[in-house]
Amino acid sequence: MRSAFRPLTRRGLLTGTLGSAALLAAGGTLAGCGTPAAQQTEEGCVSEDLSGTEKKLAFSNWPQYMDVDDDDNAKRPSLDGFVSKTGIQVAYTEDVNDNNEFFGKVQNQLAACQGTGRDIMVLTDWMAARMIRLGWIQKLDKANLPNVEANLLPSLRNRPFDVDNHLAVPWQSGLAGLAYNGRVTGELRTLDELLTRPDLKGKVTALTEMRDTMGLLLMSNGHNPSDFTSSQFDDALNKLKRAVDSGHIRRFTGNDYAPDLAKGDIAACIGWSGDIIQLGFDDEQIKFVVPESGVMLWSDNMLVPNKATHKANAEALINYYYDPAVAAQLAAYVNYICPVQGAQAEMEKIDPELASNPLIFPDEAILSKARVFMALDEKQEREYETKFQQVIGA
Amino acid sequence: MSILAHVPAGSGQPASPPQTARSARYRFLPYLLLLPGAAWLLLFFAVPLVQLASASLYDPEGSLSTGYALTWAFGNYPTALQQYWPQFSRSFLYAGMALVLALLMGYPLAYAIAQKAGRWKNLLLVCVVAPMFTSFLVRTLAWKTILSDNGWLVGLLRDVHLLGPDGRLLATPIAVVLGLTYNFLPFLVLPLYASLERLDYRLLEAASDLYASPLKTFRRVTLPLSMPGLIAGTLLFFIPATGDYINAELLGTPNQYMIGNVIDSAFLVRLDYPQGAALSFLLMSAILAVVFVYLRRAGTEDVL
Repeated sequence: MRSAFRPLTRRGLLTGTLGSAALLAAGGTLAGCGTPAAQQTEEGCVSEDLSGTEKKLAFSNWPQYMDVDDDDNAKRPSLDGFVSKTGIQVAYTEDVNDNNEFFGKVQNQLAACQGTGRDIMVLTDWMAARMIRLGWIQKLDKANLPNVEANLLPSLRNRPFDVDNHLAVPWQSGLAGLAYNGRVTGELRTLDELLTRPDLKGKVTALTEMRDTMGLLLMSNGHNPSDFTSSQFDDALNKLKRAVDSGHIRRFTGNDYAPDLAKGDIAACIGWSGDIIQLGFDDEQIKFVVPESGVMLWSDNMLVPNKATHKANAEALINYYYDPAVAAQLAAYVNYICPVQGAQAEMEKIDPELASNPLIFPDEAILSKARVFMALDEKQEREYETKFQQVIGA
Repeated sequence: MSILAHVPAGSGQPASPPQTARSARYRFLPYLLLLPGAAWLLLFFAVPLVQLASASLYDPEGSLSTGYALTWAFGNYPTALQQYWPQFSRSFLYAGMALVLALLMGYPLAYAIAQKAGRWKNLLLVCVVAPMFTSFLVRTLAWKTILSDNGWLVGLLRDVHLLGPDGRLLATPIAVVLGLTYNFLPFLVLPLYASLERLDYRLLEAASDLYASPLKTFRRVTLPLSMPGLIAGTLLFFIPATGDYINAELLGTPNQYMIGNVIDSAFLVRLDYPQGAALSFLLMSAILAVVFVYLRRAGTEDVL
């Protein structure tokens, strides 16, 4: 069709729109040249606390990390206890599935000093350390946390990333060690067995959390994960690489190894104590092993991010969970290591068997073998994480 | 061909004033109608794309806490490719294999629904689309159960000795390719169905009247006529399948990881934004190159 007006063709339109859009966007973004620093300071990013007027709180936690009623999964007895005691409404969300994924979810807001809509989030040591390093976490007021002051386990005080104990409060702690399904394979004692025993080939998983997997490997080589050198790390990584390349290790997982272990698709794995105890209730053939060479100790920490507007409410909740009776109620359900002193005595009243379980209230024998992964700076973190990711395939 | 060619564009008749106003209005109408779409494209496609392009040229020495500076570091591209070419080629290999499988299943399926299903047509179409009502993740996890080492499928295959006694499907390339095939099959079947449904049955009758064998009829009549659907379907299948990372993550092992897994880890785990962005761009250009070659050979410029 010929007319005075040039007809609009699809291709012409596409080129035109895309071209002008690209130009426009190019002008806009390239002028910005890069990204701003994500580092925040206490003076630069000030948060307001509306707790006085707003009786509410948004709490982000991992799945299955809170006690639920046996009859009604929608009821959470300890949390409901908090609500009725304080009148603070808690919006409880199980949206932390993976530290890295969660970091991706909140990093843009926190890097720009904006609210995430969350007042408490629960993240593992190393992620807590990273966020603290970036200045994204609010300082807690110790005057509001008398229970924490009194009851926090001594071994969890003054940790390298929070020497003054006012940024991160452990929610639960746990061990990373070995686990196996006795229906599929025989007893497993060491990490070397896990990585080389022929009957386990292709039926082994390890954790995507670098610190847990690599910590265990370092210890199996006789090195200390709290203090190691770059070449020791490389040695341990080579050991892992051999097991991956030969197809011995099937997959690297987050929490999702648990159903596979229960089904018997995997025979043995590197796993977390709490998951394994829970699986063990349904099937006593599923067992957790503390390797002779040592076991990794980690915590998940309650953090109050910048611009969270209910800090005092959050402190009330943190303090509430450090009441030994409440802590025992929670520990009886989640079965991780309880960071609250005095909870063991309370647990005697709820379930004496759990009170004597060394994976919930660890004894000296286990604590002496437990190590915490070295605190890494940003450069080390990237170096080690990149090497590790290359071995686990990504 | 132009969709808007039929809009009466005033046809250049400088007549009375009211008519000029009308024609002017008509002249801008197409642009006005395009405005929402174009704005969407600009905001959610073009801008992020340019941002990604500039991120791929950031200084690789930058970090989250100090921020990244744009230093036009083109070296990010060769570095990324050199480190991750196995995952790259694997992505295309797996997506290609899945595409072949999907075509073998999808073409007869679409043909049957379009031409032979009669009153069952709608029901069958619903069956094709129904899995899409649940989440992608749930469907893939369901495959984990189906392919499980102790499941009936693996048991059966072991019994008929297609798999060795220790053989498995889960955590092998087979599982990943099967997952990809299943998850993207509807994207192939639906466009194919749409073009096969318009196929005039009389043309097939005419072909056979002219002594064409069924095979020849298919090759000379059905296939050319279904080409637009076939091309649209293959593209809709191949492009997302190449970039997929869920199937490799859930059904495979590190040895099956595709480029999507690497990009995911670059952005979320390693926090190496320049490399993640460079890989994304490489993936995008590689796919575009494949698509262009394909379209040229298939001889349909209409699609673009």
